[in-house]
Amino acid sequence: MSNRVLDISLTVNGERLQTRVDARKTLVDFLREDLALTGSHIGCEHGVCGACTVRVNGEIVRGCLMLAVQCDGGSVETIEGLSDSGEVADLQAAFEQRNALQCGYCTPGMLATAQDLLKRGDVPSRDEIREHLSGNYCRCTGYHAIVDAVEAVAHARAGAKK
Amino acid sequence: MKPAPFAYAKVRTLKEAVALLAKHKDDARLLAGGQSLIATLNMRLSAPELLIDINGIKGLDGIAKKGKFVEIGALARHAQVEHSDIVARHAPLIALAMPHIGHPAIRNRGTFGGSIAFADPAAELPACLLALGGEIDIAGPKGKRKVKADAFFKGLFETALRPQEMVTAIRVPAADKNTRVGFAELARRHGDYAIVGLAASARAGGKGLVDVRLAFFGVGATPVRAKNAEAALASSNIDTAVAALDLAPHDDVQATARVKKHLAGVLLRRVAEQLMEPRP
Repeated sequence: MSNRVLDISLTVNGERLQTRVDARKTLVDFLREDLALTGSHIGCEHGVCGACTVRVNGEIVRGCLMLAVQCDGGSVETIEGLSDSGEVADLQAAFEQRNALQCGYCTPGMLATAQDLLKRGDVPSRDEIREHLSGNYCRCTGYHAIVDAVEAVAHARAGAKK
Repeated sequence: MKPAPFAYAKVRTLKEAVALLAKHKDDARLLAGGQSLIATLNMRLSAPELLIDINGIKGLDGIAKKGKFVEIGALARHAQVEHSDIVARHAPLIALAMPHIGHPAIRNRGTFGGSIAFADPAAELPACLLALGGEIDIAGPKGKRKVKADAFFKGLFETALRPQEMVTAIRVPAADKNTRVGFAELARRHGDYAIVGLAASARAGGKGLVDVRLAFFGVGATPVRAKNAEAALASSNIDTAVAALDLAPHDDVQATARVKKHLAGVLLRRVAEQLMEPRP
């Protein structure tokens, strides 16, 4: 009943898969090493930096603070999935346009977290954007350009809906 | 770093969890939200032989008003508590504290019971529980028992929980029209552990406050009640209460003891004003 190696089945970016994982393997290591989905980055490995942010069962989580084995039966979406589906295409374009990234290390986590806020459907204030992104470190931009980009997309999406 | 190897068992019932804990004793750790545990595994500050995943136990994540109390299941996620109408209406202190706990991605996983059982001295929820005079439901091999918050937090990461026991629920008195609450914390970054924080409750009585409970966090090995300041705030005014603050914080990586003591006074002024305002 308890084991160091376990069989799991899960959906990653819409694809069903069955595999065997070490119990000790974190979700982000599993994504990067076993599935070669290297868009999820590893920064601090203790939940502080947010570079490993992915969606599990529709909600953003820290990929370093969840075990792969805990995703058995669940659904995981990474930046690769969010990119391919076009769900964050407008955010990606806005980040590029406003120089909301330099080295890009934090960007996958930033995009996943920003999309988590924007999918609520309203237009958040700049303070709300900052608060929602508070768990994602960026050491390049000073955040202003990121907040600008997220705000612009929020307005654009609200405008497009009218 | 990466965790040292461990075995993993996902349990479906409380009984299974308690039985496994009893069998493996100190070699096992319960995995709830994992937002502190997995970080310590990654850093190899902790290296258990077995992780007992309790996320599959049904019925431990409820939030309900039961008579004069609000009961929150141990597996209720922070995000669930944050967005609960019952908590907003009947446990306003907890509602005030929730946005300060970690970040959205952390609150989606972290659990209420986990935060209480882990008892980080700089965490918000242990202090809230202490300020509200709540109680903790515990299950173990000998059955169930309850412990008051005042007797639960014993030392640095040390609680009244015995090695084979687990937290199953938390209960706090439901607010009524005379309930007053206040909350404030100072952190380097929103969502980080507090440098100093204060969770407080009181009751409006006569022209002032009665039953004042001030629970500071980040100033000692456990959340700490400032009893002299409580009495001073009830019988006198804010200045007297600040002067009566009898905290003895230690230096830590975030601030010196002197800074912490000063900040505790700043927070007390802010929170005292919140306590004096009637609830809408």
